[in-house]
Amino acid sequence: MDINWGALGTVALIALVVVAAVTGLFALGVRGLSARVAARDSGTSGSAGLTTAVLCFAVCIAVVGYGIYLTVTA
Amino acid sequence: MACKGFSVYHAFKWNSYARRVNFSLIVGVVIVAALAFDFTNGFHDTANAMATSIATGALKPRVAVAISAVLNLVGAFLSIQVAKTISGGIVDDTKVTPVVIFAGLVGAIIWNLLTWILGLPSSSSHALFGGLIGATWIASGADAVHFGQVVQKVLIPAVASPLVAGVVAMAGTFLVYRITESARQDVVSRSFKTAQALSASLVSLAHGTNDAQKTMGVVTLTLIASGSLAAGSGPPLWVILSSGVAIAAGTYFGGWRIINTMGKRITEIETPQGFAAETSAAVTILASSHLGFALSTTHVCSGGIVGSGVGRKLAEVRWGVAGQMVIAWVLTLPAAAVVGAGAAEVAREGAFGTLSIGVFLIAIALGVFLWSRRNPVTPDTVTAAAEPIPATV
Repeated sequence: MDINWGALGTVALIALVVVAAVTGLFALGVRGLSARVAARDSGTSGSAGLTTAVLCFAVCIAVVGYGIYLTVTA
Repeated sequence: MACKGFSVYHAFKWNSYARRVNFSLIVGVVIVAALAFDFTNGFHDTANAMATSIATGALKPRVAVAISAVLNLVGAFLSIQVAKTISGGIVDDTKVTPVVIFAGLVGAIIWNLLTWILGLPSSSSHALFGGLIGATWIASGADAVHFGQVVQKVLIPAVASPLVAGVVAMAGTFLVYRITESARQDVVSRSFKTAQALSASLVSLAHGTNDAQKTMGVVTLTLIASGSLAAGSGPPLWVILSSGVAIAAGTYFGGWRIINTMGKRITEIETPQGFAAETSAAVTILASSHLGFALSTTHVCSGGIVGSGVGRKLAEVRWGVAGQMVIAWVLTLPAAAVVGAGAAEVAREGAFGTLSIGVFLIAIALGVFLWSRRNPVTPDTVTAAAEPIPATV
């Protein structure tokens, strides 16, 4: 019997890295948004928070877009 | 049946590869059964993508199933790598006849209906494989079933994939809660609602590209076996369209019982957990199908939900419900195989046998439907609180 442990390990590793990246980045983006809201409430612009948020969300969307691209062209 | 013959007649005109031959009754029966299986596949698996979004209120129940239905249909058209073989080498394709396929489909449909009435998320793929294995075994002997392939392509992924998705979802959930701990909770809850709706949609799309293909494969192979299509040709447009529509219709129908189990009964889900669970499921499905590693969407999504329950502090997993699910997973393949084998045995009696199986299937479906009316789960009651989590001893 030929069990493809290599492929299994690869799937596990890829899933772990990609999910950690997407969820982590998204969470950082949310923290940025939250910082912006808090800053605006206290009268400052909070643009640093907004920049963080936009960057993080953009990377998340790029990763998801690449995933869909892989599905369609597979 | 007359209606089916009509559409099939038109299909000939659409498909230049088609050769003009007489359609036997059994081909029509298999096509109807395949589309019926596709429909049950749809409502059985709506929960995979949408249960947690519905449970957290990220999407309204009816909106969720509508989005999922549309994306399943889109997914059916996106897939290019159409199932060349329905069995993936699990049974000897040269020994598969339309009658065997029909018997296998009967086994798969009956198991899907019974697990649905009990609200158990079981794998539609395993039901289909099980049905085919049982029917092939009876029709052509045990030699026609490749048991090594069954272990390698069905059993190993069945154990591994929920574990992988579960561990990954646990890590993702932990990370999300850790990072957003100090953030404003109103912003957190708003953001993750949106994120969850998006991640759930991704799972629906992935589901459409995977599961609608199985039905296309079944129908195409039957057409090839009966000489209506040239060997090696892809599915004609009407096959892609009808398979996509059947799975989308099933998805829209809702399968509220299983949604209730996955969204409410396994663990109480918050939006960040749902996001982590769905992202883990989608990534695991995409990564493994890209590497040619077959797995069940149901197993992956359930594993992700359990993992997200473990990964959040103070969230409790109802291990009794998780245990019931695992029992259903273990039983799915052999149970569908037994029904498929029984159907194949009866079908040996010839056309009358095949007809009786069809009647039997319709009777079961009707019975299950009437049974479900006694204790309906609807879009309005699907998020009702489950039984309280018993205090840990």
